[in-house]
Amino acid sequence: MKALILGTVAMLGLPSLLLLLYLLNVDLQYLFFLVRNISPYFWSALGISLCVGLSIIGAAWGIFITGSSLVGAAIREPRITSKNLISIIFCEAVAIYGVIVAIILQTKVEAVKHNPDGSYGLAAANAGYAILGAGSVTGWANLACGLSVGIVGSSAALSDAANSTLFVKILVVEIFASALGLFGVIIGIIMAGNANFTAQG
Amino acid sequence: MSFGEDTWEMCLFNVKDGFLEGVVRGYKQGLLSTADYNNLCQCETLEDIKLYLTGTDYGPFLANEPSPMHTTSLVDACTRKLVADWRYLRENAGEPLGRFLDYCTYGHMIDNVVLIVTGTLHERDVQELLEKCNPLGMFDAIASLAVAQNMRDLYRLVLVDTPLAPYFSDNLTSEDLDEMNIEVMRNTLYKAYLDDFAAFVHRVGGTTGEVMGELLSFEADRRALNITLNSIGTELTRDDRRKLYANFGLLYPHGQAELAVAEDFDQIRAAMEKCPPYQAIFSRLGLGETQMLDKILYEEEVRQLINTYEQQFHYGVFYAYMRLREQEIRNIMWIAECVAQDQKSRVQDGIVFTF
Repeated sequence: MKALILGTVAMLGLPSLLLLLYLLNVDLQYLFFLVRNISPYFWSALGISLCVGLSIIGAAWGIFITGSSLVGAAIREPRITSKNLISIIFCEAVAIYGVIVAIILQTKVEAVKHNPDGSYGLAAANAGYAILGAGSVTGWANLACGLSVGIVGSSAALSDAANSTLFVKILVVEIFASALGLFGVIIGIIMAGNANFTAQG
Repeated sequence: MSFGEDTWEMCLFNVKDGFLEGVVRGYKQGLLSTADYNNLCQCETLEDIKLYLTGTDYGPFLANEPSPMHTTSLVDACTRKLVADWRYLRENAGEPLGRFLDYCTYGHMIDNVVLIVTGTLHERDVQELLEKCNPLGMFDAIASLAVAQNMRDLYRLVLVDTPLAPYFSDNLTSEDLDEMNIEVMRNTLYKAYLDDFAAFVHRVGGTTGEVMGELLSFEADRRALNITLNSIGTELTRDDRRKLYANFGLLYPHGQAELAVAEDFDQIRAAMEKCPPYQAIFSRLGLGETQMLDKILYEEEVRQLINTYEQQFHYGVFYAYMRLREQEIRNIMWIAECVAQDQKSRVQDGIVFTF
C-alpha cells in the first residue's frame, strides 16, 4: 500500500511541479535552456558512476546476505561451504558486469569543442544522454540482481544444510535471478552502441 | 505486511541476525527424530539410553557422567546442552534479538522465583532449591530470595532489580502480595509477562510479529484453559479467574468471558469449541476424556513450533528451538522413568514426537 502511494506520487510529481512552475509564470523556456546546457560530459560521468556504484552496492549487499547465513549454517554442516560459494560467485559476477560496462562506456567519451554560445552539438548531446541511460540501466538492474541472488543464496545455504538434495534445485532459481543482471548489461551496451561524440551531421 | 516492508526485512535481517539464524537452524537439525525415539524406546536400561544419546548431539555433555546413571543426572546433562546453546546465542546476539532472547527466559524466571518462595515457606534448604531451579531463568540475586520474610521485602529487596519488576507493580499492592495464594501470584505474573512479550514482539514487527503473535496467542489460550480447569471447584472467584487471563489470544475477550463462568469440563469444552482451531483439537479428544488433553495440546504446540522453520528472517525460530528442546528433554525424562521403573508398555503414551 505504501509502495503504491509512493509510486503514484513519484509519477505525478514531476509533471505537477512543471505545471506549478508554469502557473507561477516561471520562464520555463529558460529552465529548459539551463538543462540543455548542462555539459554532456557531466551526464556521461554521472552515468558511468551510477553503473559502477550501483552494481557494486548490489553485489556487496548480496554477498553479505548470503555470507552471514552460510557462515552460521556451516558451523554444523561444514560440507556446504564449497558448493555454496557458487552463490557468492553469482553475486560477484554482478559487480564485474558493472565494471565491464563502465569501461565500455568510458571508451565512448571523447573531447569535442562546444559551440560559441556554450551549447554542444547534437551528436555530443545525444551521446551524453545515451551514456547516462546506459549506465543507469546497468546500475539499477545489477542492484536488483545482486539483492535477489543474495536472498535466494541465503535460503539455499540454509536448505542445503538441512537436506543436501535441495541445493541443485534452488540453484536453478538463482540462475534465473542472475539473468537479470545480464539483461541490464545487454540493454546498456545496445544503448551505448550508437553513442558517438564526434559523429557528423 | 505490504510488499515494501517484506522486501526491506529480507534485505536487512542478515546484517545483525543472519549468522545466529544459521546457527539455530543447525541446532534444530540435531533434535531427536522419530527413528531416534523408537530406538530409545527399545532400550532396556539407563546405560543403553546414555549410550544411544552419546551418539546424538548430547554426546559431549553425557560423556563424563559416572556409570550408575539416574534419571535426574541424565536430564541434567541434557539441560546443560540447552543452556550451553542458549548462552552461545545470547552472547552473540545483537539488539533487538538479545532482548527477545531474554524475554523468552522470563517465564522460567517466574517459575524459579515461585519455587524458591514456596520452598522457603516450607523451610527447605536454599542450596537444594537453587539446584532445582531452571538454569535458563537464573538471575544474580536469586539466592537472596530466601532471606525475605514477607512479600513486601521480597519485592523491595530482590525483585525490583530483576526484569520481573514491572510485572509486580502493575496489579499488585503489597497487601495483595501478602494475602495472595502462591499459584495465583504465579499466574498473575505470567499474565503480565505474556502481555509484555506480545507488545514487544509487535513493536519489533514484521514477520517476527506475525509468527510470534500466533505462538503467543496459542500459549495465552492454553494457559487460560489450564487455569480454568485447575480452578473448577476451588474458591477462586469468577472475577479473579478472569483477571488471570491474558489480554490477547483467539479467546479474547468473548471466549474468556465464557471460560470465566464455566463450572465443569463440558462447559469449558463448549466454550473452546466455538473457536475453529480449538474445535479441531477438541474433536480429537473423545467424550468425557480429560487425560489426553495435555498431550494433544503439546502436540499442537510442537506442530506450530516446527512450522516457524518454514519462514526465514524472523526471531520465532529461536523461541521455537528453546521450546522444542525442552519438549525433547521431557520426552527423554519420560522414557528414562519408564525404563527405570520397568513400565515400558506405557512409554508411547508420554512421548510427543517432533519429527
